[in-house]
Amino acid sequence: MLEKALSGSRAYWSWIFALLLVIGGGVACWFWQFNEGLTITGLSRDVVWGFYIAQFTFLVGVAASAVMVVLPYYLHDYKAFGKMTILGEFLAIPAVIMCMAFIFVDMGMPNRIVNVFLYPTVHSMMFWDTVALSGYLVLNIVISHWTLSSERREESPPKWLKPIILLSIPWAVSIHTVTAFLYSGLAARPFWMTAILAPRFLASAFAAGPAILLLLAFFVRRISTFDPGKQAIDTLAKIVTYAMTVNVFFVLMEVFTALYSDIPEHVHHFQFLFTGLEGENMLAPWMWVSSILAIVSLVVLINPKTRSNYGWLKFGCVAVVGSLWIDKGLGMVIAGFVPNPLGKVVHYSPTAPELMISLSIYAVGALILTGLYKIALEVRGQLKKA
Amino acid sequence: MNSSRRGFLKFAGLSAVGVAGSTAVATRTRASEEHEPPATEGKRLAMVIDLRKFSKDDALLGTIAAACHDAHNVPDFADDPKNEVKWIWTEDFETAFHEQEFQYIREDLKGKATLLLCNHCDNPPCTRVCPTQATWKRASDGVVMMDWHRCIGCRYCVVACPYGSRSFNWKDPRKAPNLAKIENTYPTRMRGVVEKCTFCDERLARDQQPACVEACDNGEIVFGDLNDPESEVRQLLAEHLTIRRKPGLGTQPEVYYIVEDPRTLQEVAPAAVVVEEEGGHA
Amino acid sequence: MYDASKIVAGLAVFVVLATSPLWYNALSAASPEAPVLQQPTNGSTECVEATEYMRANHMDLLDTWRDTVVREDVRTYTSEAGKDYTMSLSDTCLDCHSNKEQFCDACHTYSAVTPYCWDCHVIPEGGQ
Repeated sequence: MLEKALSGSRAYWSWIFALLLVIGGGVACWFWQFNEGLTITGLSRDVVWGFYIAQFTFLVGVAASAVMVVLPYYLHDYKAFGKMTILGEFLAIPAVIMCMAFIFVDMGMPNRIVNVFLYPTVHSMMFWDTVALSGYLVLNIVISHWTLSSERREESPPKWLKPIILLSIPWAVSIHTVTAFLYSGLAARPFWMTAILAPRFLASAFAAGPAILLLLAFFVRRISTFDPGKQAIDTLAKIVTYAMTVNVFFVLMEVFTALYSDIPEHVHHFQFLFTGLEGENMLAPWMWVSSILAIVSLVVLINPKTRSNYGWLKFGCVAVVGSLWIDKGLGMVIAGFVPNPLGKVVHYSPTAPELMISLSIYAVGALILTGLYKIALEVRGQLKKA
Repeated sequence: MNSSRRGFLKFAGLSAVGVAGSTAVATRTRASEEHEPPATEGKRLAMVIDLRKFSKDDALLGTIAAACHDAHNVPDFADDPKNEVKWIWTEDFETAFHEQEFQYIREDLKGKATLLLCNHCDNPPCTRVCPTQATWKRASDGVVMMDWHRCIGCRYCVVACPYGSRSFNWKDPRKAPNLAKIENTYPTRMRGVVEKCTFCDERLARDQQPACVEACDNGEIVFGDLNDPESEVRQLLAEHLTIRRKPGLGTQPEVYYIVEDPRTLQEVAPAAVVVEEEGGHA
Repeated sequence: MYDASKIVAGLAVFVVLATSPLWYNALSAASPEAPVLQQPTNGSTECVEATEYMRANHMDLLDTWRDTVVREDVRTYTSEAGKDYTMSLSDTCLDCHSNKEQFCDACHTYSAVTPYCWDCHVIPEGGQ
């Protein structure tokens, strides 16, 4: 089936070519970074994790969100999601690959990455995160390959696939839980040391991921004869709505605990994010935009009239993704480091090479996603518009 | 694509994974021959820093830091604070112990430059998070060690350290002006690994004191084995009021600071009592 | 098979390119000289282990020394002959083989090997 990604229209190839250009630029930047060191990023002695790891954190959530279509369809026989599951799995695969790429470019010695497998360390959450992500990638490749090829042969998938699919459900939850555990067990970082971090990660994942999936489904519906069906769209929209509501609730819980207790080492990180500290306020406008987008998305999505209007629904999904990307992809990681362990306010902003490498990783993800979706649509014979 | 071509691709893919996997297993079997030293009666190395013996902004502090950094080829990117690497340094007392939220502080401690370094905790969070055991706590003497050959530069240990004791090599340390010519045979590190104080493990192996301790002239820093009840560090802890950084986190840091009033330095000649002169030393 | 002529032609090009070092060297006029290693200038006549052994195994020996010193804090090595040595590249090995260029690099350059020891380990004064 892979050869179906190698033929396409002018528009298809122009898109691929544009992506390859971006990727090429990023690869060149990465070679520069590999030779010079991570000094070409905005990272410093105090802010040692920044844009790369923040993107990884956001994308793990997107990867996990495939479970939101897999669970209803395979566990509860919710037939309406039948056409969506392959799109969800084909979103999870590039998401996991992007996660791995972001970690790879963030490493000081990427040529030593095998050490994580040569010297497994059971008390390190980073080891388990590597295991979880690798396993999840394999699971999704196996599942999507066998379900799609069975569909192509117009057969039902092999029986042994069902337990593997069911395994992917708790596995999806675990990849984002273990990523949260990277942060939430550190006595050194009071901003992250909260039991609600893992539930918050999952809630935001299950809002942002399905929102992206919905937007992709709408786009695919526009350029092909693929139609997920009204029920699938409406149910997925409800999932996004509930997940976003729970996520906003969790964020408010965090705000209450920090601000009501008034403990300086908790309060200061929220101050840094929303008002700035000692002149460091670069993130404040972003955080307020994120909060406003969250409220706006809830208003649009909770109201059934706007949620069932596909124009409003798309807007609501964009607002969800925008709000949560800022929250995880900008705010959460950086704020853990400011103030630093000695209480000092430090500065971080990503540099141009750092952003270029990041953009190219997103382009790699888009490239894989494009190829996979092309294959799925071709297999279903739905690529030509009716 | 007909099924035989697809079958060939699958076979090729699985073979590649198989070869890579078996190589990894073979190397792993070889690597697993290394063994942990027995966790029996070891030493518990610790440091007691007597703040009474330092004046507010003591020149000795610079000498101590220089002794460490010179002995270990620590790069000095003076013009580039983003890339700063430091194993031992000073902060003012209120910052070093900022968890105390000082409001009215004793005059001699106000703004006093305080030596900070890796605390070689008994319960280190940094070694707990390292995915490759590139940093670990030695059972024989409690030193939190670094293996710069194994470090993958993920910086998780830097994130986990509550004291900011660890530095990452954002660039090649040999590009620092002070390392244009290296005087000793102690290695530098390379760009991409984390480094910190190792209680001078190379000097301990030669039965020597750490470089910072040797740079002192009046017992400002005392180093020894807490498991030895007769050791000087144990006696100091028994006789003086000491504090440690962020003890509430449960890390059990093993660097103690004597914070008594300097006027308690009775056993030393009155001339040695700390005065407030700039850069002067007791 | 489909497109047989194109595939065979492509394979032929690949084989030629992949074996190019072999036939290029065979056809070249000059034959490369075997590396000549400078012997120690400090009078020492025996290495930690026998020369043949070191030639084949110095990489493994150094890896073992590295892990034993760093990870186990054991710094003395007893050779096959029963002699004790301090396990140190810079202090023991380079004590005799003091000229890195004419000893280490001679073979390494010839066989296109770039060990990364020297990114960190310091070559003692006088040797370079």
